[in-house]
Amino acid sequence: MLDLQGLHFRAAFFHSLRSFFVRQQFLEVDTPIRQPLLLPELNIEPLASEGWFLQASPELCMKRLLAAGCSRIFQLCNCFRKGERGQLHLEEFTMLEWYRTNADYEDLMADCEALLSSLLADLGGMDLCAVSNGSLRTGDRVISLQAPWDRLSVHEAFARFSPVSIEQAMANDTFDEILVEYVEPFLGVDRPLFLYDYPVELGSLARSKYGFPLLAERFELYINGIELANGFSELTDSQEQRQRFERELELMDDERRLRSSMPERFLEELAGLDRAAGIALGVDRLLMLLMGKESVGEVVSFAPGDF
Amino acid sequence: MYSAADLRKGLKVQVDGAPFIVTDFEFSKPGKGQALYRCKMRNMITGNQLVQTYRSNDKFEKPELEERKMQYLYCQESEYHFMDTENYEQIVIDKEHLGDNVNYMTDNMDMEVLFFQDKPIDVSLPMFVNLVVTKADPWAKGDTSGSDSKPVTVETGYVLQVPPFVDEGDKIQIDTRTGAYVTRVKE
Repeated sequence: MLDLQGLHFRAAFFHSLRSFFVRQQFLEVDTPIRQPLLLPELNIEPLASEGWFLQASPELCMKRLLAAGCSRIFQLCNCFRKGERGQLHLEEFTMLEWYRTNADYEDLMADCEALLSSLLADLGGMDLCAVSNGSLRTGDRVISLQAPWDRLSVHEAFARFSPVSIEQAMANDTFDEILVEYVEPFLGVDRPLFLYDYPVELGSLARSKYGFPLLAERFELYINGIELANGFSELTDSQEQRQRFERELELMDDERRLRSSMPERFLEELAGLDRAAGIALGVDRLLMLLMGKESVGEVVSFAPGDF
Repeated sequence: MYSAADLRKGLKVQVDGAPFIVTDFEFSKPGKGQALYRCKMRNMITGNQLVQTYRSNDKFEKPELEERKMQYLYCQESEYHFMDTENYEQIVIDKEHLGDNVNYMTDNMDMEVLFFQDKPIDVSLPMFVNLVVTKADPWAKGDTSGSDSKPVTVETGYVLQVPPFVDEGDKIQIDTRTGAYVTRVKE
């Protein structure tokens, strides 16, 4: 729970996020939080609401807005994921998503660098900000936030930090365990890091890399071992997207599959979309880092334990 | 049955036929990946630590644990005899299963005994016990060694450090969690 000074800092942080995107000619949009259907994603458990669902992400609506002709849009909104609760998770959390046409994942990485630098210019002087002179102090670490940030492919990260190769991890179905245990703790500890080019199976809405059909143009931003954002070049081939969704649906258990359906209108409109890229950033986590806190529950106005 | 989503600090679960208590717990979920429940657990019988990561579809048996109010009667060599204060049933626990607890146990003391599948595996003592000092060196006045404590032996044979003013025959209070002296007890 935030005190009065904390609430002011959070408000200044939100204001700074918005003014960055407005300056960059992004249109702020607000799409419904409660929706009748979900994108079929295996590992996201939705919260139900009277037969509909609370959004796990505004992705579906925002991509439809791109297809309808928007070229740069952003949204700050609350999202919900059932059963996710820990130091870095709240079932209800704040998401920032932005999408742009005629762009790919590298443009989004550049956006991230520019966004953070703009945030620091606005907030750096405030009492509660844990960043001074462009460096974040956390524990005995000093992390320089100055761009350019590090870039490391998933393949290279596994070669460097994991006891098994990425191919073995995928074959044994232990990618997540190894990433969390052996790889993530080393990511973004000197300066922020983009982990990029995921196996295509791990990016069901991401475009595969030109010339490398087994890789998806997807990245995650890490600071101090904490994952902050997930971005990708959007898959706009509706035929391929349908096959990817079918695969996700196949992997779900019967109960989940019954609640999911093929998002036909989304697929139809996707066909009209050309090159595009989009990203989701965990706002509470970024604020947590900027305030030098250890859990997201400390930087929201009310955490579940505060009722 | 518990599922991985029930895991939290302090929960007792059965793993490979043994009772474990979760001592540390962390939820993680890499982006677009699956929920992972990372646990540190202590085997409630051997004390061994287990570090394990579970997925949400992992399931756990509830261990068959029961706490019974018992009275410690007496010991004969390494056999410690206890009696259930409700049904007067008597049981024996071997000294090695009692660990440091034997330092604080006196005849006829009431305590809780924890059973796993009807076998006693642990006892929980009161947080504080009062024990009589059976051996203490007198405090030499004018001792300039600068030490502010001295060793004494209590009725259970346990040796601990106490302030210099504690004498043989005094009753002292001991914290059973740390084994440390708390205060002298006047009666």
